[in-house]
Amino acid sequence: MYYIDPHIHMVSRTTDDYETLARMGCVAISEPAFWAGYDRGSAGGFRDYFVQLTEVEPKRAADYGIEHFTWLCINAKEAENVQLSRDVLSLIPEFLDCPNVLGIGEIGLNKNTPNESVIFQEHVELAIYHDQQILIHTPHLEDKYQGTRMILDMLADHPRLEPSRVLVDHVEEHTVREVLDAGYWAGMTLYPVTKCTPARAVDIIETVGAARLCVNSAGDWGPSKPTAVPDLIFEMRKRGHRESLIKDIVFNNPRTFFSQSKNFRIADPEAR
Amino acid sequence: MKSSKQILDREFLELRSKLLDLAASLDRIDRAEGSVAADQRMRLLAEGIRIIGNQSPQRAYQIQQLFSRQFDPQWKQKFNLPTRN
Ligand SMILES: [Zn+2]
Repeated sequence: MYYIDPHIHMVSRTTDDYETLARMGCVAISEPAFWAGYDRGSAGGFRDYFVQLTEVEPKRAADYGIEHFTWLCINAKEAENVQLSRDVLSLIPEFLDCPNVLGIGEIGLNKNTPNESVIFQEHVELAIYHDQQILIHTPHLEDKYQGTRMILDMLADHPRLEPSRVLVDHVEEHTVREVLDAGYWAGMTLYPVTKCTPARAVDIIETVGAARLCVNSAGDWGPSKPTAVPDLIFEMRKRGHRESLIKDIVFNNPRTFFSQSKNFRIADPEAR
Repeated sequence: MKSSKQILDREFLELRSKLLDLAASLDRIDRAEGSVAADQRMRLLAEGIRIIGNQSPQRAYQIQQLFSRQFDPQWKQKFNLPTRN
């Protein structure tokens, strides 16, 4: 089955991973800007990263027949440094017309602090001003529920924001309903220990339905599995789900969400 | 969709194995030197095991809530964060 991985950090992965993804049926990926595993020293470090996301990765992906899209921001962890964040925010607009940019992301909260909240709101305002979609990271483990509620509170402060153009990622059993009920898209991340397993993600699909729900691997430099989306496809087949439902989750839904961005275009490979 | 009997047939051995893993992990902690009886995480684990033993629905949701920090609806005032419109 063809699929899209809507959240994966390919700058942290090898070219062999691109080949494996292609063999598994991956036809497109979207790569949000994130924390590199260490704090960068300057806004210049982020400019170089944005060049990597908008110029280098699309070429690596194209060698394997994969379309590469991206999102730009300063991540929630480094957003604790307000001055650095504002310097980075000021250089984002010059990249927004790059052909693979879908919007602002992954913004969000990490430890749910005042500084993170201030910079979150400034990102949302930047996205609204430039008519960009938004992709949101919710915190890990014990901070997730609190942080997700705070994010929903802050998003509600912006009446000009269309909920259908925002995806709140890393939802789990205790956050998925509030995100969907508020009209946003929701993403489930398939991580071995700290987020959703494929089995629990399928349980959530069975419980809340497939509308406005996507799944991703969030593959990065830490413990993660870039082929986690095919694992979910396999789990759904084992449970006897319809192929059309599986395709909605792993291809049609991310395509519908991304299609609201002027830079997104992808044909259904089955229609070629 | 599969019946509950079919799901039990498929998952029984896996569930049995997960219970053994859980029991063995707790035994391992007990066998080791020192005591963690006062460690807050042990209380959370015990409460999680109690939730699993309940006949109530949404056990996974309840365990997620158990391991979550509280949300304070007044958080914006505490942060002095302006409401924007
Ligand atoms: Zn990420």
